[in-house]
Amino acid sequence: MRRLSWFNVTSLTLGFAFLYLPMVILVIYSFNASKLVTVWAGFSTKWYGELLQNQAFLDAAWVTLKVGVAASTLATVLGTMAALVLVRAGRFPGRTLFSGMIYAPLVMPEVITGLSLLLLFISLGVDRGVFTIILAHTTFAMCYVSVVVSSRLVTFDQSLEEAALDLGCSPFSAFRLVTLPIIAPAVISGWLLAFTLSLDDLVIASFTAGPSATTLPIKIFSAVRLGVSPEINALCTIMISIVAVGVIGTSLATKRAAQRQKRDEQAAARAAG
Amino acid sequence: MRKFSLVSVPYFWLLILFLVPFLIVLKISLSDTALAIPPYTPTLDLSEGWAGFKAFWSELDFENFVFLTEDALYWKAYLSSLQIAAISTTLALLVGFPIAYGMAQAPDEWRPTLMMLVILPFWTSFLIRVYSWIGILSTEGFLNQFLLWLGVIDAPLIIMNTKIAVYIGIVYTYLPFMILPIYSALEKLDGSLLEAAEDLGCTRTKAFWLITIPLSRPGIIAGCFLVFIPALGEFVIPSLLGGSETLMIGKVLWEEFFNNRDWPVASAVAVVLLAILIIPIILFQRNEQKQREAGK
Repeated sequence: MRRLSWFNVTSLTLGFAFLYLPMVILVIYSFNASKLVTVWAGFSTKWYGELLQNQAFLDAAWVTLKVGVAASTLATVLGTMAALVLVRAGRFPGRTLFSGMIYAPLVMPEVITGLSLLLLFISLGVDRGVFTIILAHTTFAMCYVSVVVSSRLVTFDQSLEEAALDLGCSPFSAFRLVTLPIIAPAVISGWLLAFTLSLDDLVIASFTAGPSATTLPIKIFSAVRLGVSPEINALCTIMISIVAVGVIGTSLATKRAAQRQKRDEQAAARAAG
Repeated sequence: MRKFSLVSVPYFWLLILFLVPFLIVLKISLSDTALAIPPYTPTLDLSEGWAGFKAFWSELDFENFVFLTEDALYWKAYLSSLQIAAISTTLALLVGFPIAYGMAQAPDEWRPTLMMLVILPFWTSFLIRVYSWIGILSTEGFLNQFLLWLGVIDAPLIIMNTKIAVYIGIVYTYLPFMILPIYSALEKLDGSLLEAAEDLGCTRTKAFWLITIPLSRPGIIAGCFLVFIPALGEFVIPSLLGGSETLMIGKVLWEEFFNNRDWPVASAVAVVLLAILIIPIILFQRNEQKQREAGK
């Protein structure tokens, strides 16, 4: 039996305080009545009201949401395909280049990815806007999706799919009926990861957005450069709560699903025994 | 046929939107600045065929790279990026290791919750996490007010817009990347080794240095690279917390491109940054490879 020493308890407490206090302070000050962010002048929700009146922020939020859904969906399809290629396709010409192109964007500094995509769009003469941000986000997010999905595919028992093929399934329906349900949790978490990365991205979006489209991070960044404002605090609080609810919800759901699966397996084992 | 279509779609997507853009950066880094749209020459004119290609080729030169070595700004920016990334990585290790160690010592039923608490900030917007420090570190900020109230200091500390603020920002945002690999190395550690060492007369501290640290080394190395590599090309943290005094190469590239509109120099800065990054990336991959082989 391991026991936590005082050192362990202290380092965990201080560590998690460090991770969470800045966000807690941000949330508390979003309810501050004063315009001055550092002076507490009583509880108020007026900054939330002002935020909802701010058309520029609402427009940016809408653009961000559209980009996020489109890019993460595309990235999930492409990333799952790439994961199948990496794990299943065996040898083909240019395999090394392919896996290089999957892993390189994960370590590539955002400024370089953004710059290179901007130069591509300009040399192709593509007008920059929502469409180009979607292309850019899809490209880097698909690499993350393929890493998540391929780590699940590696542990997947391929004989299940072969059995389906032997029993007369077409390759596509074998994938849809056998493989996809099994890798679904990884595909879903890949989508969520892609979506968060897209919502979060400032640098690549700034390069590829052009003047016609503004995403929420671009808007926040330009506002923040002028200093702290309670409106931004309110906006951040809303975003933090959405993420917290989403992450905690999904993790509880997957936990319950795992428990159910374990129960089913045990029941099946008892029935077989 | 099925395999071909499966391979080709993501393959061509990445070729066109990852590899080709990078080749364009390489090409523009070898071009000259010009007052035109786009602001560089030569542009490759395919309608002239082979002659056009030869003319294009002969006009490329390394002028921009020579320029980077001559102007002290770039040298300083690269060196200061390396220094900031190295110091922040060390600090992240000093902060992250005790947390990972505490997590690995915690009772089994706590661990999923602790894991989630480490991962949760990673899902929260990066920009928000950096922004949250502005209100804390600024001269009238939360930290200074608190310390003044405690009476520890008489005058507010100047942290905002210095390198220290950048260190704090990097450690804060990349801490989960340091904690998770160390935790997964420590979690696998066989507790009976420590008991054996203690039975053989080792003190707890000595056993920690002789057994725990060497066995968690792959995790420590992985964590350090996972902080160092992204920190090197960081843009958001130095531009929000570092002020105008803090030089980092990601910020220089951004300003070269958006403010000076010097595309060839911005591209050359990008190429050199990538060349610097290749070394830690290769070392990181070797570490991962070794671990995978050890795991088999």
